Amino acid sequence: MDLGIFCKSTLDGEVVDHCLSSLIGIGQNTDPSYLDWLMKAWGWTLAVAGLGLVIALSLGAVMGTLRTLPRDSTFNRLLVHLSTAWVELFRNIPILVQVFLWYHVIPAFIPVLKAFPSYLLVSIALGFFTSARIAEQVRAGIQSLPSGQKAAATALGLTTFQSYRYIILPMALRIVIPPLTSESMNLIKNSSVAFAVSVPELTLFAMQAQEETSHGVEIYLAVTVLYALSAFAVNRVMTHIEKRSRIPGFIAPNSEATAH
Amino acid sequence: MLSLDLSFYNWELFTNYILKGFLFSVQLTVIATVGGIIFGTFLALMRLSGRPSLAYPATIYVNTMRSIPLVMVILWFFLLIPMLIGRPIGADLSATITFIAFEGAFFSEIVRAGIQSVPKGQGYAAEALGMTYGQNMRFIVLPQAFRNMIPIFMTQTIILFQDTSLVYAIGAYDLLKGFEIAGKNYGRPIETYILAAITYFLICFSLSKIVRKVQSKVAIIR
Repeated sequence: MDLGIFCKSTLDGEVVDHCLSSLIGIGQNTDPSYLDWLMKAWGWTLAVAGLGLVIALSLGAVMGTLRTLPRDSTFNRLLVHLSTAWVELFRNIPILVQVFLWYHVIPAFIPVLKAFPSYLLVSIALGFFTSARIAEQVRAGIQSLPSGQKAAATALGLTTFQSYRYIILPMALRIVIPPLTSESMNLIKNSSVAFAVSVPELTLFAMQAQEETSHGVEIYLAVTVLYALSAFAVNRVMTHIEKRSRIPGFIAPNSEATAH
Repeated sequence: MLSLDLSFYNWELFTNYILKGFLFSVQLTVIATVGGIIFGTFLALMRLSGRPSLAYPATIYVNTMRSIPLVMVILWFFLLIPMLIGRPIGADLSATITFIAFEGAFFSEIVRAGIQSVPKGQGYAAEALGMTYGQNMRFIVLPQAFRNMIPIFMTQTIILFQDTSLVYAIGAYDLLKGFEIAGKNYGRPIETYILAAITYFLICFSLSKIVRKVQSKVAIIR
């Protein structure tokens, strides 16, 4: 085990004198060390996953909600079918294949996308893939609400839109935060597939630096720790949001109680 | 608008490129599911044993596996196994070992929940009948737990099948790789990626339909 590898220059393998500066963001060294490279790669991972998360949460919430619409009009039935098809499509194709589709195939049909950098396309792929899973969680959350909530909204004369806006979603979106936490952590882990289209993120760094330095164990260890750290950070943030948005007096369905 | 040309896609291409990869993906999925369930059951029993010397290592193992991206686990094993045994190892074998080790952690969580879903009275009744721990698990608890778990096992297997495409990272020849090489050799990458997506979709979609059927049939006994 030789952690000194991170202080060595990526250009000539000599130890650089600014080793730890990259940790505090001074960066921009003309003679970057492996630590500089690692930090930059971490930044790419966070950027790809962060953008993907925004796409996944917004699309997932919309698609999950649409799947629960009452099928009382042709338009609503169309929306239900559309969102169901969305979930099935993006859930049943492996993420790596979806990344290749967004990178190689879809820009051939939509020329605008040709101008998009690869990290943006990976973010879209990750976002759409995860949105299908989040939609399922949101749907389950909505369906777990006592039916009296919806009935009460209808009795008060609220339209379907109003009952979702003021009654159902404020409850359901809070209930689903715990499962969304694990989906968000999955998204960070899945962002590792970006290596396949040469986004310079952590996994690609691990592969390239391992080959260059033959200090694979140290390199992989650092990358693994950073992935775990990122997922843990998301976990903390989501737990905080969950605590802040908890509904006073509302006892969430207890998994212990429902197990038997 | 680009026009697609699928005329290049014939039986020869299928048998030369795709079939080999498909068989490897299926083989990897089957071995990892069976191996993962067996390994996962042992991990789950260790965690539920109530003995810290068994429970802690299993818990640490499961949580570690669950917090690392699968691609990194694949890379780790591909790096570490040759270091430990002192000679290079093929990508196929490395991938197989990795998937058993990785999926074991996920299956153990399913098995653990499954065992806990069996009413406690069942285990007590077995003890009262004088059964040993092994007999209790083998004849009373695990058969009921596994029956409840069948749909979740199948869902996990579908996810596993999708995950096998990640062996791309170490260059193993799986279904996706087969499509990719065919696309390169015939100069039609776009069409082959579309075909790859359709193939994966059809397999996973039909499997998930079957799971839904099974789910309604394997009603929880009690």
